[in-house]
Amino acid sequence: MLLIYCPYCEEERSELEFRNGGDAHIARPTNMAEISDEEFEAYFFLRDNPKGVIFERWRHVHGCGRFFNAARDTISDRFLTTYKAGEPKPDLNEKPKTGAEVETYEALEGAAQ
Amino acid sequence: MSGVNRISGAGRLTPARSARFTFDGRTLTALEGDTVASALIANDIHLVGRSFKYHRPRGILSAGAEEPNALLDVARDAARRQPNVRATVQEVFDGMKVSSQNRWPSLAFDIGGFNDLLSPFFAAGFYYKTFMWPKAAWHKLYEPFIRRAAGLGVAPTEADPDHYSSRYVHCDVLVVGAGIAGLAAALAAAKAGAKVILCDEQPGVGGALHYDSGTVIDGKPGYDWAQATGKALAAMDNVTLLTRTTAFGYYNHNFVGLVERVTDHLASPEKSLPRERLWQVRAKKVILANGAIERHMVFANNDRPGIMLASAGRTYLNHFGVAVGKRVGVYTAHDSAYEAAFDLKKAGVTVAAIVDCREKPGEAVLAKARELGIEVLAGHSVVNTTGKLRIASINVARNGGGASRKIAVDALLVSAGWTPSVHLFSQSRGKVKFDASTERFLPGTYAQECLSVGACNGTDDLQATIDEALAAGELAARAAGAEGGAQVTLTGRNAFEWTGGMHGAAEGAGADTTVKAFIDFQHDVCAKDIRLAVREGMHSIEHIKRFTTNGMASDQGKLSNMHGLAIAAEALGKEIPAVGLTTFRQPYTPVTFGTIVSHSRGSLFDPARKTPMHAWEEAHGAEFEDVGNWKRAWFYPQAGEDMHEAVARECKTVRDVAGVFDASTLGKIEVVGPDAAKFLNLMYTNAWDNLKPGRCRYGIMLREDGFIYDDGVVGRMAEDRFHVTTTTGGAPRVLQHMEDYLQTEFPHLKVWLTSTTEQWAVIAVQGPKAREIIAPLVEGIDLSNGAFPHMSVAEGKICGVPTRLFRMSFTGELGFEVNVPADYGQAVWEAIWARAEPMGACAYGTETMHVLRAEKGYIIVGQDTDGTVTPHDAGLSWAVSKKKPDFVGIRGLTRPDLVKEGRKQLVGLLTKDPKVVLEEGAQIVADPNEPKPMTMLGHVTSSYWSSNCGRSIALALVAGGQARLGQTLYVPMADRTIAVEVSDMVFFDKEGGRLHG
Amino acid sequence: MADQAIATRNVPLAGRRGGSPAAILTPADPASRIALRAGAEAVSALSAALGVTLPVRPKTSASTGRRHALWLGPDEWLVIDEDNADLMAAAASSGVVHSAVDVSHRNTAVIVSGPGAEVAINSGCPQDLSLAIFPVGACSRTIFGKAEIVLFRTAEDTFRVECWRSFSPFVFGLLSEGAEDAAY
Repeated sequence: MLLIYCPYCEEERSELEFRNGGDAHIARPTNMAEISDEEFEAYFFLRDNPKGVIFERWRHVHGCGRFFNAARDTISDRFLTTYKAGEPKPDLNEKPKTGAEVETYEALEGAAQ
Repeated sequence: MSGVNRISGAGRLTPARSARFTFDGRTLTALEGDTVASALIANDIHLVGRSFKYHRPRGILSAGAEEPNALLDVARDAARRQPNVRATVQEVFDGMKVSSQNRWPSLAFDIGGFNDLLSPFFAAGFYYKTFMWPKAAWHKLYEPFIRRAAGLGVAPTEADPDHYSSRYVHCDVLVVGAGIAGLAAALAAAKAGAKVILCDEQPGVGGALHYDSGTVIDGKPGYDWAQATGKALAAMDNVTLLTRTTAFGYYNHNFVGLVERVTDHLASPEKSLPRERLWQVRAKKVILANGAIERHMVFANNDRPGIMLASAGRTYLNHFGVAVGKRVGVYTAHDSAYEAAFDLKKAGVTVAAIVDCREKPGEAVLAKARELGIEVLAGHSVVNTTGKLRIASINVARNGGGASRKIAVDALLVSAGWTPSVHLFSQSRGKVKFDASTERFLPGTYAQECLSVGACNGTDDLQATIDEALAAGELAARAAGAEGGAQVTLTGRNAFEWTGGMHGAAEGAGADTTVKAFIDFQHDVCAKDIRLAVREGMHSIEHIKRFTTNGMASDQGKLSNMHGLAIAAEALGKEIPAVGLTTFRQPYTPVTFGTIVSHSRGSLFDPARKTPMHAWEEAHGAEFEDVGNWKRAWFYPQAGEDMHEAVARECKTVRDVAGVFDASTLGKIEVVGPDAAKFLNLMYTNAWDNLKPGRCRYGIMLREDGFIYDDGVVGRMAEDRFHVTTTTGGAPRVLQHMEDYLQTEFPHLKVWLTSTTEQWAVIAVQGPKAREIIAPLVEGIDLSNGAFPHMSVAEGKICGVPTRLFRMSFTGELGFEVNVPADYGQAVWEAIWARAEPMGACAYGTETMHVLRAEKGYIIVGQDTDGTVTPHDAGLSWAVSKKKPDFVGIRGLTRPDLVKEGRKQLVGLLTKDPKVVLEEGAQIVADPNEPKPMTMLGHVTSSYWSSNCGRSIALALVAGGQARLGQTLYVPMADRTIAVEVSDMVFFDKEGGRLHG
Repeated sequence: MADQAIATRNVPLAGRRGGSPAAILTPADPASRIALRAGAEAVSALSAALGVTLPVRPKTSASTGRRHALWLGPDEWLVIDEDNADLMAAAASSGVVHSAVDVSHRNTAVIVSGPGAEVAINSGCPQDLSLAIFPVGACSRTIFGKAEIVLFRTAEDTFRVECWRSFSPFVFGLLSEGAEDAAY
């Protein structure tokens, strides 16, 4: 079961309190009635389903109720970062806010000496 | 005496505390603390079961959780009976009844043993080949045969009378395994101030020290040190020590499932105790100290009862005080087995010989063997065994051939070395690496916040294990934020250093042989089966595993995986790491359904939501139906009525007089804020700006793709406040849908949403006398047609309590929906009923509501629509605003497929024979004589007998339906074809005058 | 109308008692409650109008006597008045843009009290309820088995568990099993 950092509650909480909301950063066209069939298809139907980092929406539905965004590695399920709805897509090359590097035993062993 | 093989003075159990149990009806005596396995061996019983496929006699192979053979049926009473219990794990309690499995008519003479003779037909992959043809024989012949023959235990038929509990718990450091490494790590972490959970599957701490005899730690005998350390840890406030507790699953983000067996070892457990407790642990750091599992030797007929792992033989002797035989042989590729021989010899048991397939055993153990006078046959192998129901002798030959020598034994201890337990590490998605020098898989790349220490990390040396564990414990504690405490140091030494180990088939069971040399005992997989799989073209270990079923039994191949891998690698001509290791899955050992379910059974399986009027409805004989989690009054049968009669009466009464209906379950959302109307404009197809406070409107909500998502009546309470209703089942998802748009697409709007579904009890009063019924109860609202017309809402009082009173109707009659704060629901209902009943009105349920609305052609979202129906398809074009620049679904509605001719549209259907009621879901065709496959035009969505129309009525989705009014179509059923006429959707009061009565 | 008896109130969980020596369960008395929503700019006016400072930090609450304001989200509070005061009127008197919705009858509450209160609630709640993480005064909307609850720690060994009324038998039932298990 995942542990998800809610940027509004400023705390990691169990996945049980959350609901996934699909891909993030897909803005609803403001001129919705005028867009072409192709634009509608791209907006509503087409998704990348990446192997690796996905930007996705979560709602802390049984918590603060807020929608927020997360960058998650779909292979490891590691969250690289979570951030409030409306904030820009973060640069993942910067140091992530949450999800520190996993310490291997070897690394710890080195640190112990 | 608790068994003939119990050795006086040996072991750690208390001789005075005995327990009696039965095995296949025979009463036996055990000591408190015995496992079923140790008690059986103490009573000189090795034969405990028949194998899965060949029904070969099988004994006890191990002394731990890895046991593949000794699976027994253990019962406390008729209902508390569990099949497939590992005898090596289950503790004996007084009065327990143990039975062997998979044998008939008896364990000693099992008719299924013929399968062993037929074994050429049961080679690997036989399921896939033998039973392919003829197809018809599968159900009648093959499957019943396979099920009977290839059985494990029989599931109990009675309901489980025990209860199980579950709890979530958080800790800084979870240590799995309380052997030397686990205890040291837990001690270091706890002394550093961390909140520690230490768990171990055994009844006591000590791990490998259970079998050990010569280890000294901190100046004490190893086992004594472990007990003292366990006691000290248990006494610390920041430590939870859980014994009889298996960490069975390592899940995402350091979420680890533990199962604690609370009562299975007790003779008469307190009723209030759960049988098992599920610990759902979220740990900041996990330390894996799972140890290692000894492998058996793979040689011809290596499965006879009496053949067991060397460490198991030591455990039975040193912990349980039981000798596994009177004349014991040892067959090994590893030094550790020598110590078993030493311990047995010292205890007075004859050691027939140590057969070591290595040319050069470890020097220290060799010297000790000589000193004790034990014959060591280095460079020799056991090439066969004899003995029908128990091993009687071994045939030993010099490696490379030559004459064999027969040595009589009544038990044989085997060891091919030790496999580090990387199961939990693998479950955590860590990647193992192959250590070529020691030929074993070890934790490589970590995927989660965990560390492996001791034997599971491939650390062999005792002091190195201790140092590594202490360092890991302290580091984990510090990393989790612990700041206190003193550093712990410990010293330890072993009696002997160990070398050796091998994988795969031993001498005499190699590539050119066809002997039965078992690698997977539980699934009866032999070395030759792996080779067959490779010959048949399986080159991936995943394919080989599935073709042979090696490692796929409930023991998940704890003993067999490495052997299978080595044999496959040899057959493929590859190195072991090039063949790859299959992934370990949760659970590590089987977990009962009771534990997985824990509290979620009976009334706690799912919340049963009841309305404030539920008790009244129950008292008045209502039958209930489930709608989502709600229990809704379905119909109210009176004496002698069946459902059909009750519904017919209720339908007629509502239209002739009036009816009272509990509509409390309708979803309700309060939409409040200066931009409330703007927001609803975007969420619904309708326009809301022009709806005046005090008025209501039926609204349709779409998804962005243009299909109907939900519907309901929305009342405007004030300029900035709307009372939105949703379908009963749709309430949570509609709120989620609205929140989604509000928060992420329209966050600039000043409006907020609050669920009020449960704030209000809703009493619908419908029918010509509705006004007369409620009028005297209502204060502050003029109910006249002029002041309070159809689709009005007002706030006032009813029965002295606040109400939001709606004039609306889902029946087509004059109707009101009385909303009162929920706690007043029952009292107001009773007051309304007290007026309604004398007038001849009835209480009605959801079935009547469904019929009445169908008579009026009102749709039910989810019944008459299915997620592919637009408002136009449903005949609701009037509800779609043509003036609004935007609403959710506006673009979807103009998609090419949604404006195409010939879409399925909702229409009415009238059967030519008015007495015939169509089946909901039935398909509709134009030409009943068209050859199959016929062209299906659509299906029936709603169908009822209408007592008010005196005939059947139906709604249906029909291709191009609105253009087919008056046409005759056909509904083909299994036994007949029903002719229907397409009609409009309104069957009763087509002019709609009754609404305004 | 004068002869009309005023409707009596039937509260959920009426007469229920339960738990174990480790965690005693008591249905809370009826209270008035509002679901309060407002932007940051309205917080001070609403606080003044309600007589309790609306907390703005996650998982915190504020109390004035028997009136409590629980932070549920960045623009959301549950305000509870154990003396059944008219909170809707109080909020309305603030004169600032907000949404107040009466949920007095939607919610009901169970008081869980005793040394095993944490364990009893952890039978279905995945949050860390240790005092360091969930101190006295902490509150959170969360999950309890298959029900949503609002958890409010009123003392070291006492929690108020708010839930919707139709879920209250489920919540009480699961708390009862958790309380029993907490005794061991």
